Amino acid sequence: MTSGAETVDIREGDAPGVYVVAPRGDIDMSCSPQFRDAIKGVQDKRPERIVVDLAGVRYMDSSGLATLVEAMKNAKASSTRLVLCAMNEKVLAIFEIARLHQYFVISPSLAEAYEA
Amino acid sequence: MGEPAHITLTLRSDPKYLAGAREMMSSVARRLGFDEISCSQIALAVDEALCNVIRHGYDRRQDAPIWLRLWPQPTDDGQPGLRVEVEDEAKQVDPSSMKGRNLDDIRPGGLGVHIIREVMDDVVYEQREGGVGMRLVLIKQGNVKPAMAAESSCDAPDRDTPHKEDA
Repeated sequence: MTSGAETVDIREGDAPGVYVVAPRGDIDMSCSPQFRDAIKGVQDKRPERIVVDLAGVRYMDSSGLATLVEAMKNAKASSTRLVLCAMNEKVLAIFEIARLHQYFVISPSLAEAYEA
Repeated sequence: MGEPAHITLTLRSDPKYLAGAREMMSSVARRLGFDEISCSQIALAVDEALCNVIRHGYDRRQDAPIWLRLWPQPTDDGQPGLRVEVEDEAKQVDPSSMKGRNLDDIRPGGLGVHIIREVMDDVVYEQREGGVGMRLVLIKQGNVKPAMAAESSCDAPDRDTPHKEDA
């Protein structure tokens, strides 16, 4: 895939009050608005917990980071637990470069994200 | 640079072409001898540079030109190296204003310049001759140092702020 995130899957999680947002592909400037809208739509439901499953994301740039920072700020304001999970090492690296890995709750897997 | 660029790519300032530019940069860097982490970082730096031109230089206009030029620049001890230039016809800004923002201020946007400076060895912003446009020169020499590889194994960055720091 060469043209950004192709889809953002949104589903109810395997536990009550949990939504899973799962983008796929590359999150760059061309598709981060779609990703932002997806998260915002879920946040409007005011769930207890939102898990952003990044297992299908190959690449993320600073526009993706900005989307997630905004989502985290909104989550804190609405007392929603926001957890990121299953990111590959390249995606994790950009969080580290921006020193944002300590700002987010990051779980190795989707299963663990339900408890993080 | 006296020598003509080995690769010159002209693209429109449309974000849909970012992925192609990244893949080209990563592929060429690999052929020049960079390791996977460095290839990813080079692609990230170029991505962020292009984003910053589109976002801040051209105020998201999608029909303006951006030029990407590349020269191999191996080190004296045989390590891979390259020089990349990103040029635009956008408004000129003071090159000294092109700094990464304070990372303690957690907010969306403004990370591009920081990321570029973090993953490249040398980063120079300059005004193009003729009073229009900026030029960003990016240098990468040698593969990622082991210490940095351990804490960062990345791929791509942001020029989020050449003209302003906000995304």
